[in-house]
Amino acid sequence: MTETAVIVGGGQAGAQAAVSLRQGGFTGRVVLIGDEPVLPYQRPPLSKTYLAGELAKERLFIKPAAFYDKINVERILGKTVSAIDSRQQVISLSSGQCLSYQHLILATGGRVRQLDCPGAGHPRVHYLRTLADVEAMQSEFTAGARMVVIGGGYVGLETAAVAVKHGLNVTLLVARPTPLGRVTSPEVGKFFEDVHRQAGVTLCCNTGVSAIEDDAGDGQVAAVVTDSGYRVLADVVVVGIGLLPNVELAESAGVACDDGITVDEYGRTSVGNIYAAGDCANHPNPIYGRRLRLESVQNAVDQGKTVAATICGKDKPYAQVPWFWSDQYDLKLQTAGINSGYDQALVRGDIASRSFAVFYLREGRLLAVDAINRPAEFVAARNILSKGLSVSAERLQDESIPAKALADQTDPLVTENTAPESAQLSAQSGVQKRSQSNAIKHDRVA
Amino acid sequence: MIKVTYIDHAGTAREIEVEEGVDLMDVAVDNLVPGIDGDCGGVAACATCHVHVDPAWQDKLPPMGEEEDAMLELADDRNENSRLACQLKASPELDGLILHTPIGQH
Ligand SMILES: Cc1cc2nc3c(=O)[nH]c(=O)nc-3n(C[C@H](O)[C@H](O)[C@H](O)COP(=O)(O)OP(=O)(O)OC[C@H]3O[C@@H](n4cnc5c(N)ncnc54)[C@H](O)[C@@H]3O)c2cc1C
Ligand code: FES
Repeated sequence: MTETAVIVGGGQAGAQAAVSLRQGGFTGRVVLIGDEPVLPYQRPPLSKTYLAGELAKERLFIKPAAFYDKINVERILGKTVSAIDSRQQVISLSSGQCLSYQHLILATGGRVRQLDCPGAGHPRVHYLRTLADVEAMQSEFTAGARMVVIGGGYVGLETAAVAVKHGLNVTLLVARPTPLGRVTSPEVGKFFEDVHRQAGVTLCCNTGVSAIEDDAGDGQVAAVVTDSGYRVLADVVVVGIGLLPNVELAESAGVACDDGITVDEYGRTSVGNIYAAGDCANHPNPIYGRRLRLESVQNAVDQGKTVAATICGKDKPYAQVPWFWSDQYDLKLQTAGINSGYDQALVRGDIASRSFAVFYLREGRLLAVDAINRPAEFVAARNILSKGLSVSAERLQDESIPAKALADQTDPLVTENTAPESAQLSAQSGVQKRSQSNAIKHDRVA
Repeated sequence: MIKVTYIDHAGTAREIEVEEGVDLMDVAVDNLVPGIDGDCGGVAACATCHVHVDPAWQDKLPPMGEEEDAMLELADDRNENSRLACQLKASPELDGLILHTPIGQH
């Protein structure tokens, strides 16, 4: 009997797992099942070049159909996996079809957090996660239209940037004191706030939404009512308030979940022969010495590779430095690492020049960088973090040292950390590397 | 049409005819060229489209941007012929171009 690997979820992680299984020498059947009716595609352009109309739809797809044919990956698209029988090792589809597996990869991603206020179901209210979401708002995405964006995360900011450039009148409502409050520092959040204001976005911080009213009773115009009592009219509302990991299928099969599907460093869940990868997975990160659930292409790709390696018997523990990017206007933000728990934020360069990097440290050790139009600082930080180097705060900030040289190990001032690699960067001391209990919330996209 | 040849570490060559203006990472992905992943979709954010340009073509290439130069530092086997394929576009001057995919990316 040939072995079968079934992949649930046709997104970035699922597609990567399929490719990596073949690259790793898996010769059995590979079946990729996705509930979206299209081949796996890249989500980042949905709030960037694709929304702007600058990217052809074909370019969204991660690989062409011929690629999957060539490497012999079967696709079942537009169908939902509704149940897993982990004892019999069988999954069932909502269509009634069943499929046996020897290896089951859950790459189910997440779904948008819905606005929870009266009137949230107004026809002009949209979310932005899927290709279908973008297509649904396209007819309302026209110059002169009034757009209200709810949520100051990456998706909200990118959408606002594209919309204002496209000639829409954009109001951005941010619940926190600055945009990107959940993922970056007040310095960087404030910078993006100013950038959006200068570009013509009406931006309100500390502003929640209490209701969506139908302005004229005909479903054409939504009135977004803020908790401070304002009423903002909108031809189109885009909500970007975060993601909920799709864990229900796993939970119903008895797979342990805690802010995502709990996996070990090999991508294995608590149930034998079931693995998880991508936005849905919560993994132990050895660089930070604690569990993380990340929402990024990097994480989806690298975890897809990890689970495939495990299935191919080439165990390759996941130990990647998280990284992410966001494009807004002429700015490219590149983040490496996770800044939570930092006690020092060092700015390298001049914020006003729109080209600077903010390094985050705790107890003198680098945790993360936000690099704005500073790719060399981003690269240096990735190298420092992945190699466990120790670079002083003074050096990081010293612009007379080129960014490229910051992580140069031939320089006597760049040393390797002597303390044991893990737990060093952990927010709490004494965190167990594989502890299941200290999952932290970390939504990259909201 | 413009001819571009991708040669992998084992010496297997794939000659592809492309239209002017297309990006050479997209061409590689569409034509199943191994060793070029293009994880970031071509925005110079991942360095998984690293190629070594055949030295004969060096001076015909557009100059490298600051971002590309920085990102190439993430590639394992960077040398003086390294470029990111997503930052190169097919053009008549590049007709016949030869790109090598580095061994580390296979
Ligand atoms: C607008 C937007 C912009 C982004 N920008 C960036 C960026 O600039 N940089 C970056 O690094 N990241 C970005 N991200 C995040 C990145 O796209 C995600 O982290 C990545 O797509 C996660 O991949 P995944 O495969 O884990 O999940 P997904 O892409 O969500 O794929 C999971 C798939 O599984 C399907 N599925 C779920 N349950 C089932 C089931 N039971 N049966 C069948 N199918 C199922 C889902 O419908 C979905 O199609 C962005 C995301 C969005 C939405
Ligand atoms: S495709 Fe990511 S850098 Fe070229």
